[in-house]
Amino acid sequence: MIKSKVDEEDYWHSSKFKAFTFDDEDDELSRLKESRQAVNNIRRLVEEDDDEDDVEKVSWSGEPVGSISWSVKETAASSQRADREPAFPKISTVTPSISRSQSGYSLSSLFKGKPKGGNFQTFSDALTDSSVRLYAPELRKPKSEYKDYVSDWSPEETVQRLQQGKAVSLEKFRTLQDKLLLLDLAIAAHDGNVIMAVLIYLKRTLCKEVLFRELESRQTALRHFIHYLSETQNQRLLLELHRALGRAEDAALLQYKEHLSITDENKRRDFLKNCLSLPFSAEDLAHVQDHYTLLERQIIIEVTDRQAERGGKVEIFQKFPRKALILNMPLITTLYYCCFYHYAEPEGTFSSPLNIRQTFKISEKQYFVTALAARAKLKAWLDVDALFASRNWLGFTRKKSPLSFQRVVDILQKNSAPTHVLQDYVALVDDGELRLTLAQKHKCHNIVINTYRDMKDRQLLLGYRGKVVRGSVEERKIDDLLSNPQIRWKN
Amino acid sequence: MAAHLSYGRVNLNILREAARKELREFLDKCAGSKAIVWDEYLTGPFGLIAQYSLLKEHEVEKMFTLKHGRLPPADVKNIIFFVRPRLELMDIIADNITSEDRHHSSRDFHILFVPRRSMLCEQRLKEQVLSGCVQECYLENDQTSLYHTAKGLMTLQALYGTIPQIYGKGECARLVANMMLRMKREFAGSQNQILPVFDTLLLLDRNVDLLTPLATQLTYEGLIDEIYGINNGYVKLPPEKFAQKKQGEGSKDLPTEPKKLQLNSAEELYAEIRDKNFNAVGAALSKKAKIISAAFEERHNAKTVGEIKQFVSQLPHMQAARSSLANHTSIAELIKDITTSEAFFDNLTVEQEFMTGVDTDKVNTYIEDCIAQKDPLIKILRLVCMQSVCNNGLKHKVMDYYKREILQTYGYEHILTLNNLEKAGLLKPQTGSRNNYPTIRKTLKLWMEDANEQNPNDISYVYSGYSPLSIRLTQILARPGWRSIEEVLKMLPGPHFEERQQLPSGLHKKRQQGENRTTLVFFLGGVTYAEIAALRFLSQVEDSGMEYVIATTKLVNGTTWIKSLMDRPESQTQ
Repeated sequence: MIKSKVDEEDYWHSSKFKAFTFDDEDDELSRLKESRQAVNNIRRLVEEDDDEDDVEKVSWSGEPVGSISWSVKETAASSQRADREPAFPKISTVTPSISRSQSGYSLSSLFKGKPKGGNFQTFSDALTDSSVRLYAPELRKPKSEYKDYVSDWSPEETVQRLQQGKAVSLEKFRTLQDKLLLLDLAIAAHDGNVIMAVLIYLKRTLCKEVLFRELESRQTALRHFIHYLSETQNQRLLLELHRALGRAEDAALLQYKEHLSITDENKRRDFLKNCLSLPFSAEDLAHVQDHYTLLERQIIIEVTDRQAERGGKVEIFQKFPRKALILNMPLITTLYYCCFYHYAEPEGTFSSPLNIRQTFKISEKQYFVTALAARAKLKAWLDVDALFASRNWLGFTRKKSPLSFQRVVDILQKNSAPTHVLQDYVALVDDGELRLTLAQKHKCHNIVINTYRDMKDRQLLLGYRGKVVRGSVEERKIDDLLSNPQIRWKN
Repeated sequence: MAAHLSYGRVNLNILREAARKELREFLDKCAGSKAIVWDEYLTGPFGLIAQYSLLKEHEVEKMFTLKHGRLPPADVKNIIFFVRPRLELMDIIADNITSEDRHHSSRDFHILFVPRRSMLCEQRLKEQVLSGCVQECYLENDQTSLYHTAKGLMTLQALYGTIPQIYGKGECARLVANMMLRMKREFAGSQNQILPVFDTLLLLDRNVDLLTPLATQLTYEGLIDEIYGINNGYVKLPPEKFAQKKQGEGSKDLPTEPKKLQLNSAEELYAEIRDKNFNAVGAALSKKAKIISAAFEERHNAKTVGEIKQFVSQLPHMQAARSSLANHTSIAELIKDITTSEAFFDNLTVEQEFMTGVDTDKVNTYIEDCIAQKDPLIKILRLVCMQSVCNNGLKHKVMDYYKREILQTYGYEHILTLNNLEKAGLLKPQTGSRNNYPTIRKTLKLWMEDANEQNPNDISYVYSGYSPLSIRLTQILARPGWRSIEEVLKMLPGPHFEERQQLPSGLHKKRQQGENRTTLVFFLGGVTYAEIAALRFLSQVEDSGMEYVIATTKLVNGTTWIKSLMDRPESQTQ
């Protein structure tokens, strides 16, 4: 369904929508052109040093020279070149040690726009005189970080040390109570690494049942644990965890996901079949069922078609050799494939498009678009025509389509349909203005000519005469019309 | 190199220096010559704080990219790995070390994990803008780890003074605030004696505003990011429009390598146009072109030696301006090709229908058509999620239909992705409660009918009509205050709160007449360029009395965001 152009126009002007329009289309474009022109003009003036005027030097790869990523490539390259000399000359390493001595300056005095003390004036002068370097002060550290020499850490201290990345032993937390206290403190610290460290220790020292039970009441830790298990690909334990916590659907999806790592199609199919018994939600189960059914069919189709192709007796495989296997392709791609290679098959076969449509409940529109594209690709114009055929109760055929004829034309044109085919469908576009535009675009001369005739627009028709081939049928038709005394031209 | 960081009211170079200092100290801990093996992902963020020359000063002689197999030969005492804490990277390091020659036994290996511990190298600093009011500092943190965010904020307070007021909205915001308050107790006894730079900290959880990142950004910088993706301040562009045609030369050798450009406010022209609605960029560029052309014409007027000398002295600056104009004209042309396309227009129309609440409860024909055409899956997901968010969930029938179409067209394995989107709340079935999005839209004025793209008077210009919810919340907090929108705040997910931190007496600011207040806005879970533009716009509004500094865990747009939620996004080639 397409809104008629007038409606659409109305819609934009009357409604509150403001689309991102370029109202002053020409103006905007010409403005960009202006600046493009200026750029080009000026270039002539300064052509000689195009390389100089970039603000930043850029190497061949486009990295700014001197940046880290540039130097990585550079040193790597030079080290490949030769080992005889060091890639970079060794420079004397007199490291500027002022950083430490100057870090005592008041921070606030470094902010611009703040009242400055007299002291600062000289400091800032010193800075601007030499290199414009600012030295940051030491960041204050919590007191606990200085206390490094005790070894019998409390749970709180243990967590703090973990946070600071310092070595600490968890072995002294033996009782379940101690372990859980440690876990709770880690959770309260909100540091994922600490939580992980404690969880790894608990996983090692607690039995699954207890660990799972305790995790259930600690959602944060649970999330971390699940992440850890999936990162380390410990699928088995993860599944057990989901089941133990009654997260059946998560567990099912997780198991389903494993099919992605199975490359052998038969094994994958069997795996998917087994998935059907998993506790999916009703909705997901339907999709997984479809997934299984699809792969099962693809395997059958692939075997049959490979034989047919090798046998060399089936014409279509000779004319259009298959480019890729159909295995593991999406459903719609499979439908396209079947519309291409198996279009006329009776509904009973696995590869019949109609059968696929039925089995997977493909929507009318999807089926239509896919079949149309496939048949158009083969230039099977009769099939294309038949797709639209619909009889009313009087037995007249007329063309009907679940999608707009504009889209139909679009699809046909993308599959390089010839003009005589295109014009049948362009003629069916409801909106007059759009029809005319499409007809002009796709050189459907008859439609254009007839439209101008109906508009009684002699000028436009005259103008169009220049666009058709000289001496063609169309030119003669225009001439006939122009000399037809019965038409009352409006201009 | 980073001079543009110091102009603003908040001197971000201090933060940069602090990070550089830590890096230097780390390097000095490993005595002797060194080679650094880089996790390639980190070279960008590190580039923001240090150049190779700094590393050389500290005896870094070679640098390599982290790869499987043997390390390239290097006659050094230390091998240092700079890596993100990722399991797959550990495997590579283990491989490197085990395949190392035995006779190199005297060699020391070090691993520096980023972001971790007190290394603040993840800090990504960004530049000040136009009027010198607002800066962003992006802390590229591990997004799941709120702990790092809290710790980063503590560091920020150590450098810039305690922030007296903390506001927040959303679950994660609450958690971060709690952690900060707890960490502050650890410092008890040692008062921070720095005069506070920030008056207020606002913590915003991305979950509070799921809509904004889904919408297509319409600022210049936002569109560059939407279309080409900005990484660490760099963008890679198709080279055709940058080819320099010299006179008499045909277009014989067009470059094939993408053109890589750095984008930041150190470039005068970019600073001027980055936040503009794209529809206003053409005019700005042509104005600039006229100025530059006029400047070059001046040479005809230069008669005396003095005048000529002066003209020549200005040449480098003029040429830089010319090359900048050339680049941005090319970029604008590239973007214009896309924004004027039918596809872009149709997509935007549907987005705007959703945002204004038109037909959000039915299957959308445009989405349906896009699926039938096999448009990129991310585009589809972005629209479906947007419809869901704007309708407070989709009707069961609608949701089932979309899901079926998506799975049939793109593959059943995307059940996993759809599941992730549901868990994130981006896609959900409608529950019994009524759709409260219209109330939120009206109360917060999320849709402005007369958004002025050329001379904006409201933040809605950044999306040509839609005002980002997150920024509206920020705006209302400053005036008239959140108390005026209690009802809506309750409709949005997560708690909202206010905390005060005591300042030592004597550090209380004596506010000068007309002096602006400064708010640090921290986006937990990402922010878009258009949101940043909207905040900078607010800072520039003369009577707002408020300046904003922006911090975030990462920069996002709809595509990168949805991608981060997909199962195996790399298998999606489109």
